[in-house]
Amino acid sequence: MYGEEPLFGLLNRIGTPVESHRPWPRYRLGRDGWLRLIEELAGNGWSLLGLWGEPKAVHAAFREDFSGDVAVVSLDCPQGRFPSLSAVRPAANRLERAAHDLYGLVAERTTDPRPWLDHDAWGVRRPLSEQPAAPVPSPGPYTFLPVEGEGLHQIPVGPVHAGIIEPGHFRFTANGETVVRLEERLGYVHRGVEGLMQGRPVAEAARLAARISGDATVAHSLAFARAVEAALGIEVPARAVWLRALMAELERVANHLGDIGAICNDAAFAFMLAQTSQLRERVLRTADACFGHRLMMDRVIPGGVATDLPERGAGLLRDLVAELRKRFPPLVAIYDGKASLQDRTVTTGFVSAELVTRFGAGGHVGRASGRDQDSRRSPGYAPYDELTFEVPVLTEGDVNARVWVRIREVEQSLSLIEQIVVRLPAISRGLDHPSVPVEAGRGGEGMALVESFRGEIMTWVRLDGEGAVARCHPRDPSWFQWPLLEAAIGGNIVADFPLCNKSFNCSYAGHDL
Amino acid sequence: MLKHILTSLTGGPVTEAAPSPADPALAELAGKLDKAAKARLGRSLSIREVDAGSCNGCELEIHALSNPIYDLERFGIRFVASPRHADVLLVTGPVARNMREALIRTWDATPGPKWLVVCGDCAVSGGLFAGGYACVGPVEEVLPVDLRIPGCPPRPTDLLAGLLALLETSAAR
Repeated sequence: MYGEEPLFGLLNRIGTPVESHRPWPRYRLGRDGWLRLIEELAGNGWSLLGLWGEPKAVHAAFREDFSGDVAVVSLDCPQGRFPSLSAVRPAANRLERAAHDLYGLVAERTTDPRPWLDHDAWGVRRPLSEQPAAPVPSPGPYTFLPVEGEGLHQIPVGPVHAGIIEPGHFRFTANGETVVRLEERLGYVHRGVEGLMQGRPVAEAARLAARISGDATVAHSLAFARAVEAALGIEVPARAVWLRALMAELERVANHLGDIGAICNDAAFAFMLAQTSQLRERVLRTADACFGHRLMMDRVIPGGVATDLPERGAGLLRDLVAELRKRFPPLVAIYDGKASLQDRTVTTGFVSAELVTRFGAGGHVGRASGRDQDSRRSPGYAPYDELTFEVPVLTEGDVNARVWVRIREVEQSLSLIEQIVVRLPAISRGLDHPSVPVEAGRGGEGMALVESFRGEIMTWVRLDGEGAVARCHPRDPSWFQWPLLEAAIGGNIVADFPLCNKSFNCSYAGHDL
Repeated sequence: MLKHILTSLTGGPVTEAAPSPADPALAELAGKLDKAAKARLGRSLSIREVDAGSCNGCELEIHALSNPIYDLERFGIRFVASPRHADVLLVTGPVARNMREALIRTWDATPGPKWLVVCGDCAVSGGLFAGGYACVGPVEEVLPVDLRIPGCPPRPTDLLAGLLALLETSAAR
């Protein structure tokens, strides 16, 4: 099924490469080419990496997973219409609906034309198009998918949830205790990030990128910075490259520790959360001592990093790794040994390998269902090519598998932190902090793939000649994971939803933008 | 597991001493609480958290308040699942317009006497998101605000100091 035709082979025939798009090529297609691409996509396994709009154009990014080849395709749509990819790549549907709500682009023959981000509350329609429209005078309610059957009832949940979590609406249809269908409605935390980035100088847009999703602030900052650096052809100092990886791994460890505890807490095993939240706090305090911010927000900037590791940093990090290596394994043993806990997590919230592949889902969601993908390894970026690490992959696809992938990733990240700390002293310090200036006055297009704790982030950016952001699309991994949560809960009891949800831990803010 | 419990029992609490109530917060609150409210609340506060467009950074730090190191519940402050059980709404985010109605409804569902605490730069001023089509801006443009805890995100100790100030003021005299 894979690779009947190499990605570039097809695109070179049906499209024309665009200049100054780095590091991977972008092809401009005609409408015929776009339709030909849809035909090909029906028969091959290229992963959709993203789909985003502009006032009169639509772009999509793909990867041929075996070779790691990545390409962007673009279609000018002067009439504001383009043939939908949703029939051949179901993950495209919500992205197309978002492009419609923001840019007014209509996806022809889409599988689902309902609005997505636009809740009729902005006071304007298609706000980022060339001609924003007046709001609908008296908007009707959102239409949920129809559900019919004997003995079914619905449970609406949210947008304000019972816990301290982000807002979103879940519409459960249940038969007794068993969930027959879950339908998500998101967009409540849409803050207009893409619109706010437009026309901003790179440094200001970077601060917005850092706030796309607070728990993955380092990863989103890194994706934005690398996309900008690719567009401008900037090489960042070696020390910055290593410090970035250090921050990214600290962020990964902190989030996994918090989530492992929270998953157990949702199975009424509060002990684990009490323990892992202490470990998480330990990581955040070390991050604070090393980089001056507990979440390391605004520390990765285009051109490098905003702060270097203090002299005592290496010692603090070594102590952290040693302490976590001592305190984490006994907790893992407890998780593995508690039958009452295993009873809740094993076989719960199953997602098939076929589904994660079809949606191109990454992170622990994909890797717990057999999709062996990690952008640190493929396409790969510095300094991970010089580091030794494994990408844990399981095939069970249940809550338990997602917990184990996270446990193994904590172990791998601790090893990575240790390796980085060993290598850092050999990489010379700059005078102040390791970064190079991001020069204004040059334009270009760039993209980057970065592995956050949640999965792969794809950020695409176009800079204008003044050094400001003309268009930026940060695609959070949650876009391809949220739809699978709907599948995961099917056939499970309502009470297991928090467990399934936490084992995914999709971002609302990162998705809604 | 038994070993862990034994260590917890014999090793003493990991909980750290609380910061003193934030002075600016105390000043902001002075005079906002009437006598009846003080008498009714005593030294206990139930908080309902509402994310009105936050990036989730504030939520992470609010979560940290419940870990054994900050242990918010030792002060009689706890997070509740429904606004109907709450004395305080703790609001984060620049009020995404898509969340505006839900925020107002949550406030309306909270029984009086009630207070509104805003957490984080976005909720205090709109932060980086002010002025866009998708956000209202500061929470005070939508609802009356009693206490502001700035920061991006505020550290758990800042949150604790702010909430303690609320408790002190409500329990004073």
